[in-house]
Amino acid sequence: MIQALIFYMFAGITVASAVMVISARNPVHAVLFLILAFFNAAGLFLLLGAEFLAMVLVVVYVGAVAVLFLFVVMLLDINFLKLREGFLTYLPTGALIGAILLVELVLMGGSWKFAADAPLSVSTRTPDMAMITNTDALGRLIYTDYIYLFQASGLILLVAMIGTILLTLRTRPGVRKQNIARQNARTRETSVEIRKVPSGGGI
Amino acid sequence: MLQIGLGHFLTVGAILFTLGVLGIFLNRKNVIIIMMAIELMLLAININFVAFSHFLNDLVGQIFSMFVLTVAAAEAAIGLAIVVVFFRNRGTIAVEDINEMKG
Repeated sequence: MIQALIFYMFAGITVASAVMVISARNPVHAVLFLILAFFNAAGLFLLLGAEFLAMVLVVVYVGAVAVLFLFVVMLLDINFLKLREGFLTYLPTGALIGAILLVELVLMGGSWKFAADAPLSVSTRTPDMAMITNTDALGRLIYTDYIYLFQASGLILLVAMIGTILLTLRTRPGVRKQNIARQNARTRETSVEIRKVPSGGGI
Repeated sequence: MLQIGLGHFLTVGAILFTLGVLGIFLNRKNVIIIMMAIELMLLAININFVAFSHFLNDLVGQIFSMFVLTVAAAEAAIGLAIVVVFFRNRGTIAVEDINEMKG
C-alpha cells in the first residue's frame, strides 16, 4: 500500500518534470526540471532495490551531466526564444507520432508476462539482500565476470575526456606566456652582444 | 492497481521514452534541448533494465544499466564540447544552420 503510493509519487513527478523539460520556455528551467526527473528516477531505482545505481544516478547525472548542461546553457549567449520558433507547427505531427509510439509501448509493456522457463536463463541470481548488500554484490560481479567491459567503459570515459579537452582547447595568438624551457636554454652567447662604439658615432 | 508489478515500471519507461522522442520533434532547432531529450530516453532505458533485473532476479541488468550510464555521460560531454566549439566559430547553435558538412 505505502509502496504503491511512493511509486506513484516518484513516477508522477518524474513524468511531470520530463514534460516540463521538453516544454519549458527557459532552457535553465529545463535543466533544473531534468535534475528533478533524475532525482525521482533514483527514487524509483531505490524501490527496485538497486541502491548503488540510484546513488550513481544522483552523483553522475545530477552532479556531472546536468551541471555540465547548466554551465553550457548559461555560458552561451544565445537567443533561446528564437530557437523556439516552430514549436507549435511541429506539435501535431509530433503528438501523433508520440501517441502511436506510446500506445504501442504501453500495450507491449503493460501486458508483459515472463515465459515459464525465463528464470532458467538467469545468469547471475540477485543474492539475498539480508546477506549481502547490493553494492557488494555488484562489485563482486563487475570485478570478476565483467572486468573487460568495466575496463572498456573506463577507456570510453578516457577517450571522451581527451576528446573534450582537445575540442575546446584553444591557443590564442599574441599571448605573452612564460616559457621556462626557453628561458633556461638561453646562454650568454645568444643574449648578450658586445659592440665597440666609436665616439661620436652610435650604433 | 495497488500491487506494483513489472508493467507499472515498463509503463513509466515507455512514457519517459515517448516524451524524449516528442522533445526531439518539438524543439528541433535547439540542440541543447535535443540532447536533454536524449538523456531522458536513456533514463527510460535504464528504468527498463533495472525493472527487468528486479523482477527476473538477475543482477546483470543493473550492470548493463551502469554501462549505459557511462556511455551517456561520455556522449553528453563530447556533445556539449562540440556545441561550445560550434558556437565559438559560428555564433549560433540553431540546428538548421549546422550544414557545413552537407555533401
